[in-house]
Amino acid sequence: MTGAARAPATKRDPGFYDYLPYNDRPAIRWPNGARVAFWVAPNVEFYELNPPRNPARAPWARPAPDVLNYSYRDYGNRTGFWRMLDVMKRCNMRGSVSLNVAMCDHHPEVIKACADEGWEFYSHGTYNTRYLMGMNEAQERQVIQDSIDTIYKHTGQKLDGWLAPALTYTPNTMDLVADMGLTYVCDLFHDDQPGPVKVKKGMLTSMPYSLEMNDTIVYNVNLVSPRRYGDILKRQFDRLYEEGEHSGTVMCIPLHPYLIGQPYRLAAFEEALSYITGHEKVWLATGREIAHYYNEHYHAAFTAAGQSVGEAP
Amino acid sequence: MSANVSAPKPLPDDYLEYPLRRYGMDHERYAWSMLPQRKQVAWPKQARVALWVVPALEWFPLNMAGVPFKPPGAMQTAYPDFRHYTLRDYGNRVGIYRIMKALQRHGIPATVAVNAAVAVRYPSLIDQCNKLGWEIMANGLDMDHLHHGGLSAEEEKKWVDQTLSILRKASGQAVRGWLSPAKSESFNTPDILAQAGLDYVCDWVNDDMPYPMHTSSKNLVAMPHPVDIDDYTILVNNHHTENDFRDQLIDHFDVLYKESATEGGRIMPISLHPWVIGQPYRIKALEEALAHIMSHSGIWAATGSQILDAWQPQAT
Repeated sequence: MTGAARAPATKRDPGFYDYLPYNDRPAIRWPNGARVAFWVAPNVEFYELNPPRNPARAPWARPAPDVLNYSYRDYGNRTGFWRMLDVMKRCNMRGSVSLNVAMCDHHPEVIKACADEGWEFYSHGTYNTRYLMGMNEAQERQVIQDSIDTIYKHTGQKLDGWLAPALTYTPNTMDLVADMGLTYVCDLFHDDQPGPVKVKKGMLTSMPYSLEMNDTIVYNVNLVSPRRYGDILKRQFDRLYEEGEHSGTVMCIPLHPYLIGQPYRLAAFEEALSYITGHEKVWLATGREIAHYYNEHYHAAFTAAGQSVGEAP
Repeated sequence: MSANVSAPKPLPDDYLEYPLRRYGMDHERYAWSMLPQRKQVAWPKQARVALWVVPALEWFPLNMAGVPFKPPGAMQTAYPDFRHYTLRDYGNRVGIYRIMKALQRHGIPATVAVNAAVAVRYPSLIDQCNKLGWEIMANGLDMDHLHHGGLSAEEEKKWVDQTLSILRKASGQAVRGWLSPAKSESFNTPDILAQAGLDYVCDWVNDDMPYPMHTSSKNLVAMPHPVDIDDYTILVNNHHTENDFRDQLIDHFDVLYKESATEGGRIMPISLHPWVIGQPYRIKALEEALAHIMSHSGIWAATGSQILDAWQPQAT
């Protein structure tokens, strides 16, 4: 492939981070000798029945109204969320809510239930059916400001974290969230430890979030069975716990109430969550707590240890 | 397929306007409601879980057009796709009779979702269902008549009326329930179903319990009929084993049964496709799951109409 064949105004490398090999980097020590910083990120989402079309992506697989897929997502708020909440409470696990902020308007009861448990709220855009592709800088700033304002208004929390709505981006996304005061993003999947993200302004950290552990990927893409998902979670944890003795690791379980809250998927998940939270050297944390600890203690050292990336031919 | 790496088109500013950002839903079809906050439901004879088995009798025409999309189970090869046509039809000739036997062992009635075409083509199958005391639910004309947004309300009303007239005549039953082929609806579907005198619809998968839908005439009730745990999804789409399917049904039931101790009556729907679960190597998965469920006390095996009639007076 030659340069001439490439589309204009596109890059070959996102340019977000230097190379930092897993076997040669500053060792992380989490608080109280924990080996794994463990966090759970329920995606609390609102999908619109008939949103305007972004030219880059249709909101639904079927033509409007996609009753099947819309109602499947709606199951999460009516039904699945409440089951998931009970499991989290039984395991003494706080959530870090990846929030479509319009949920604050549509279903404030869900927001209150999370806030009552001391959960963190971070932004997953406005709706899961409004995508960032094609937005200019002013439009994208408007979306981020909406998240900052809405989360503060409804929960009193300062917005720290970002997971782009439906994982859609512009080339500006990372710079803009950092510039507007956010401290971590969940959109990059290159590491099992937090790492610095290069931005024009501000201090931004990439927080391990894991698509491999994400119930959407597990159930909707990889089509695994619920008991197998429980096994996957335990295997992931066991290895990160082992490695965390040398240098602290991060494990995240990203969830979607419409998937994990189905009765047939609940018991296997609860068993795995109970297994993980039952370990001694685990820091049961939120995304914000991990990001702040990392930014204070390791962001600078990781930045300094980064090896610059060579120019590919 | 190569990735599209050109810069996306700019978005108009009104893409950031949200006229339906408000309390509740972004439509008027039903009200926002949280399962744990509802009045608890009591089933007849202090039952804890209503077991609702829903096999579908489907006919996929050989020359199906697949408009506006190919439904699950559609023809796949170039015409004539004899292999998929006949494998689907296997369900109506063989598979359904294995399901009948599995249910009879425990005295479980079914609500069978029937394409009108099946009733016309195989009248003796409808007689068999009647003999077993099964409820007939409408499942559209056939698997190539998908209700969708591009269909005019007049045309859709014609399809619904024709479906109901065929099924009511063939079965002698009132036919109170509706499942759209592939759960595909237009914006008008619930209005048209209510006008045609139907009492419940099974297309919406957002709840574990019945709930009222608003229509232009009378209320229509949405009945829980999940698709992600049916035999087609688990066995054909997800490629899980028969034992995995059995275990998922058992895990599903166990959670609902446990909930019913403190949360009120629950419903365990089992949606089946005879051409899938009715294969000799698969049927035992259903039998073992049913044996597990029926070994519990407080199980009420019922039809959709019976569940609806028990639920309706308690709904406030």
